[in-house]
Amino acid sequence: MSAFRPIATTRSATGISTGKLAVWWLIASEIVIFGGVLGSYLMHRLGHPEWASQAAHTNTWAGAFNTLVLLTSSLAAVLAHNAAEMKDGKKAAKYLWLTIAGALIFLVVKSLEWSNEIHHGFTITSHTFWSFYYTAAGIHGLHVIIGAIIMAVIARDAAKGIDLQRVEAVGLYWHFVDIVWIFLFPLLYIAK
Amino acid sequence: MSDTTTAPAAHDAGHGGGGHHEDHTRQYVKIWAILLVLLVISIIGPELGHPMLTLVTAFGIAFVKAYLVIKHFMHLTVEKKYVGFLMLTMLAFMLVFVAGVSPDVMKHSGQRWTNDAAEAVVKKGLAEDGHGGGHDEKKPADVPPPPH
Repeated sequence: MSAFRPIATTRSATGISTGKLAVWWLIASEIVIFGGVLGSYLMHRLGHPEWASQAAHTNTWAGAFNTLVLLTSSLAAVLAHNAAEMKDGKKAAKYLWLTIAGALIFLVVKSLEWSNEIHHGFTITSHTFWSFYYTAAGIHGLHVIIGAIIMAVIARDAAKGIDLQRVEAVGLYWHFVDIVWIFLFPLLYIAK
Repeated sequence: MSDTTTAPAAHDAGHGGGGHHEDHTRQYVKIWAILLVLLVISIIGPELGHPMLTLVTAFGIAFVKAYLVIKHFMHLTVEKKYVGFLMLTMLAFMLVFVAGVSPDVMKHSGQRWTNDAAEAVVKKGLAEDGHGGGHDEKKPADVPPPPH
């Protein structure tokens, strides 16, 4: 059985397991992706004072609630890592499912928020502010969906005690997604 | 099925080691509670309407929250040093990008150039605001560039 498992996830050639190092590289590339989007938004926002009237329509409370949800899901992710370090796969899986629940709540709130905004005519083409808003939050939402799917796969294995080192790796990714939102929240919801 | 974890993989970050790992649940919950307090401050601060207070509470606190997550949840500070350098390199790339592009985006005129379209968009948008645009009324401020 073990001959079919990829060794890259557990092998360590650099002092860090190769699987985890790959996630750090992924995060490095994501910094450039989100940095580019957020940097562009920030520059345009500072150069266009008239965008304030558009930004005034975003729902601060929905953004704040989603921040609370993501911070809590990050706690669940690090507790899953903590359990995995103690070789408690079942507990790690339980916390990963809690993290996934956070992801789902986040997505539900986001979809309700977007439905309301689109209903009021604030679409991706109605104004450049909304183009940035939907692009930045959309890319982030896509990362939330991808993270939840990967976590479900890892949680299923972790419950059986398989590949517990992957719990930390997916946790790193999830914390990064959380950090991106920590910056998106004031940029899109508070700066009005 | 053989053993599915390996010692290097599970403890390679330097915050475990030796196969024994302490339960850090309390510490993590404490950090989470601090993050929530910071979140509340970042919401209340801008409500007071002072620009400097908004800057500090909304954006300053975002950096503090990110730092707490990076340090305590991602354990970057006890990770191999080159990982931190890798992250800083990416942030430096981002800063170079912003520094290079920002004059074109944030300014609408320079020594030998003007961006009439951008200036027209700003003027039109501000004029619309002055006329009190309704919340439900869709008023795109974007206008096509002026004809040459």
